[in-house]
Amino acid sequence: MKSLAAFAIASLCCVAAAAADYVEVPGGRFESVLPQGSSPTVSSPVNLTAFAMRAKPVTVAEFAAFVRAHPEWQRDRIPALFAEKRYLLSWAGDADPGPKLAPQSPVTDVSWFAAKAYCESEGARLPTWLEWEYVAAADDSRRDARGDAAWRRQILSWYERPSDAQLRAVGGKPNAFGISDVHGLVWEWVDDFNALFIAGDSRTQGDPDLLKFCGAGAINIIDRDSYAVVMRIALLSSLNAADTTSSLGFRCVRPHEESPQ
Amino acid sequence: MNHSTFNRRQALLSLGAMACLPLAAGAAQPAASPGNSIYQLHAALTDQDGRPFELESLRGSPVLVSMFYSSCQMVCPMVFETIHSTLKALPASERADMKVVMVSFDPARDTVAVLKKTAAVRNCDAQWTLARGDESTSRKIAAALNIQYRRLSDGEFNHSTIITLLDREGRIAARTGKLGTVDTALVKSVHEVHAVKG
Repeated sequence: MKSLAAFAIASLCCVAAAAADYVEVPGGRFESVLPQGSSPTVSSPVNLTAFAMRAKPVTVAEFAAFVRAHPEWQRDRIPALFAEKRYLLSWAGDADPGPKLAPQSPVTDVSWFAAKAYCESEGARLPTWLEWEYVAAADDSRRDARGDAAWRRQILSWYERPSDAQLRAVGGKPNAFGISDVHGLVWEWVDDFNALFIAGDSRTQGDPDLLKFCGAGAINIIDRDSYAVVMRIALLSSLNAADTTSSLGFRCVRPHEESPQ
Repeated sequence: MNHSTFNRRQALLSLGAMACLPLAAGAAQPAASPGNSIYQLHAALTDQDGRPFELESLRGSPVLVSMFYSSCQMVCPMVFETIHSTLKALPASERADMKVVMVSFDPARDTVAVLKKTAAVRNCDAQWTLARGDESTSRKIAAALNIQYRRLSDGEFNHSTIITLLDREGRIAARTGKLGTVDTALVKSVHEVHAVKG
């Protein structure tokens, strides 16, 4: 028992001290399930520039170290603008996750503002939706496995399982980009979560409500077979920046590091 | 001798004044913005005359705030028109009390010079501030105002058009998505917000 506690403390310290592991993700041409051009119904591939992404979602231990270093993000101090009351609700104390939360499990119950502040604290930012979707298209051997019905079913099976009372530790099998836990562990914030507004269906055509949207109006999902990804968009687009949920975490990205000339 | 005594005295006096300063400032300074105030963002912006300012500097006045981008040809001009009409619908005292802030979605293209030009084209007088920040600041302001926007590959933006009324402390008092007409519910909220003196 004693040694277990010592181990927990030791691992907590190590995580707090160690720099997060970022993996270089090469750029590429990518067709999102969301139209990127001016037409809301026509797909248009875009070029993504290279970036570096955290190999794993941010953990409970890492977020605890962050709120200790930046107490303004503790749940007893955070302004209501930045987080609703459920923020870090499962934690034992204001700066202490407590023994019930595994230090290596992904942090959840965090708002967009808090996630963004965390990433900024390590010189990073939240990924854009496109960056996240690009990485999420990979299975463990192919960078774009979206055409594979069996793989799509495998992702969907995660959503069919009742959510675990305890989230497992981060660090599942990496995908072809070397990124872990993109599917099957938690939902993740993206920087432009408030860019993902979608037209529910074609009944909005000609609706005066369309005036609410400038430009091409609300957008449509191009590839409706990508249910798992569509569910992500539906969830993210329903959130406000101060919202938190027990299955929503995040990871960060950094600009691609140029190799020295 | 006299001279140096005078100098010393002056020095002591000014030291005393300096010592008092934090106290005086502490007494005069209002408490921090409420937790649900948008001024918690501490958003650093630049106005159409190139002057840097913090969003919080608007504290004390009711504010109408919305977001836009200058190259927008569709709904954005209507947002400006709607705010003009709303201001005209207010009693003179409320109109004079009000500030208007328009924050750009598109800081890359909406330079200070472009903001200045847009202000002229849209008949925005000194009551209006057209502002730009960095991308991250735009995203945070939109998040706080529940405005959705996305940049398209052709440089245009999709965005929701919401005009928000902030009370004197920067809390959201009312929002409207009605364009091209004066939203009477919004005007009513302005009356209420104006009535609460800062």
